[in-house]
Amino acid sequence: MTTWTVQRSTRSSRIGSTGLLITGVALFAVPQVLGANVVQQLTSLLIFLIMAAMWNALAGYAGLVSVGQQAFIGFGAYGTIWLTQRGVAPYLAVVLAALASAVLAAVLSPLVLRLRGGQFAVGTWVVAEGIALLVVLDESLGGGTGVSLRGLNVYEPQVRRALTYWLALGFALVLLGLLFLLLRHRTGAALQAIRDDEDAAASLGVRVMPLKFLLYVLAGFGCGAAGALTLANTLFIQPQSIFGVQWSAYMIFMVLVGGLGTFEGPIVGALLFFAIQYQFADLGAWYLIGLGLVAVGFALFLPRGVWSLAGGRLGGSLLPVGYHLARW
Amino acid sequence: MTVVNAIVQGVFLGGLYALFACGLSLMFGVMRIINLAHGDIAVLGAFLVWYVATEADVSPFLALLLALPAMLALGYVLQWAVLARSLRSGMLTPLLATFGLAIVVQNALLQVFSPDVRSLGASTGAISTGSWRLTDQLSIPYLGVLILGVAVAVLGGLQFVLRRTGFGREMRATAQDPDTAALVGIPASTVYAKATAIAVATATLAGAFLAINSTFDPSSGPTQLIFAFEAVIIGGLGSLWGTLAGGIVLGVAQTLGATIDPQYSILAGHLVFLAVLASPRGRLIVTRSARA
Repeated sequence: MTTWTVQRSTRSSRIGSTGLLITGVALFAVPQVLGANVVQQLTSLLIFLIMAAMWNALAGYAGLVSVGQQAFIGFGAYGTIWLTQRGVAPYLAVVLAALASAVLAAVLSPLVLRLRGGQFAVGTWVVAEGIALLVVLDESLGGGTGVSLRGLNVYEPQVRRALTYWLALGFALVLLGLLFLLLRHRTGAALQAIRDDEDAAASLGVRVMPLKFLLYVLAGFGCGAAGALTLANTLFIQPQSIFGVQWSAYMIFMVLVGGLGTFEGPIVGALLFFAIQYQFADLGAWYLIGLGLVAVGFALFLPRGVWSLAGGRLGGSLLPVGYHLARW
Repeated sequence: MTVVNAIVQGVFLGGLYALFACGLSLMFGVMRIINLAHGDIAVLGAFLVWYVATEADVSPFLALLLALPAMLALGYVLQWAVLARSLRSGMLTPLLATFGLAIVVQNALLQVFSPDVRSLGASTGAISTGSWRLTDQLSIPYLGVLILGVAVAVLGGLQFVLRRTGFGREMRATAQDPDTAALVGIPASTVYAKATAIAVATATLAGAFLAINSTFDPSSGPTQLIFAFEAVIIGGLGSLWGTLAGGIVLGVAQTLGATIDPQYSILAGHLVFLAVLASPRGRLIVTRSARA
């Protein structure tokens, strides 16, 4: 008779998590080794990664499909401008603006977390539009024409790019680490129960609302950081682009293609999206049409993304966030 | 007097929003789908009307009569090709699929028609420019009355179909429980396809009136989706006359906001929406939809 045991880590997940951790630490060396242009590109990849991980945390685990995370992306970026205008050092302002975005998410949550499904999607979008309109009203923030981050002029471009990159990498590792711990914790089981069936989870005693709140605030923090880092990386922002709904399109694309509701999916999705963006972004509207078609295709035919194909073969996952049956 | 004028204009604007909203409301009511491509489909309809009107050199109203059957068919196909499949796999998939569709439609329009801003107002002559002058500051535009009249007719027609006809009964039965409806011989897929077709046709009507009333371009869709959604929520989900009331409240809020400063126009609408959401009524709306 064969006995089965439930176990957390598999051989692949042990190799995978060690590998990812080493990669994460090794990535800190990039600015010492590679050119400025590469560093800037990798910074934007890290920003995509943060966005994808945060959107997946909302949609993949709590079933909250947000089309309004750009509210926090824009708020983080404009928050950084606002703080630097009041004498806060730019990189400190980035961190503080991310925290302020978390506070904003906490404030908004009683309003938007009432909504479910499609109502939540459009409700968050309205909130994002509203915040964008308020920002445009403030002339000191550049109004509709945009504003640049002046405080970073004190650094040499080379140094500035390296610092921004390190900060982005730091944020990415901290946020992925937080998500990882959250999923490993008791909360993780509850979250995955919500993901699979919200009503069933609630009837088993999972307190759905506090968990949704937790994820919404975490995603607000992460997206605020992503927005602030986008500003630090490009030095100039305009309200219509930093508050643009295209961010939601990018996030949905990355998570859908990578794998909704898996830890690894958004990472894979961000890498794929970065490569696609690098290759095809010059095509303009055609590029976006392709992106939309691929997203629809994945939603309809492979809603668990490419990771679901790879994950099965690797014996579950690269990271020990779930449980597996093993034969002894 | 400016305030009275703003309110009057807001009521007419509300008619247009209600027209945008009724298709959204219908699809949500029957299929529990919030179609995130609704606004872009309306703009697609506006472009179709514009194309027919300029190519065939006919009035936009005649072009609309040609465009509506085409868009009805498109709605039917959309249901079969995309939505039916997305409905099989849970709540999230229809949202993601319609959002992807919105991006595709919007950028395809951009590719084909360029980002130029267009209007059908000029080609409709006196209807879009004329008005009845009541006093120096208050006038009633012909077009506003026409749009409000069409909105009332469409909403009334839908209400009549839903309450009084066999097809309406089938729609209500399917909305309540598609499986049980199927047991008594009502295939949900056919009902869904017809509902989507009607929703797309009303969106086209709304898009055409938007194009006659003001301007449109390939990126106009998301804004119209948001206004339609706000109208539905303000008016209360699941009620067609509520949608009209919601559209009017939204329209009046925007025109009143604009009397302070044009910048406050849309913001005022968003604030009314958020206020409704925050109120006890908002809780009611949400619990009702959660149960359904």
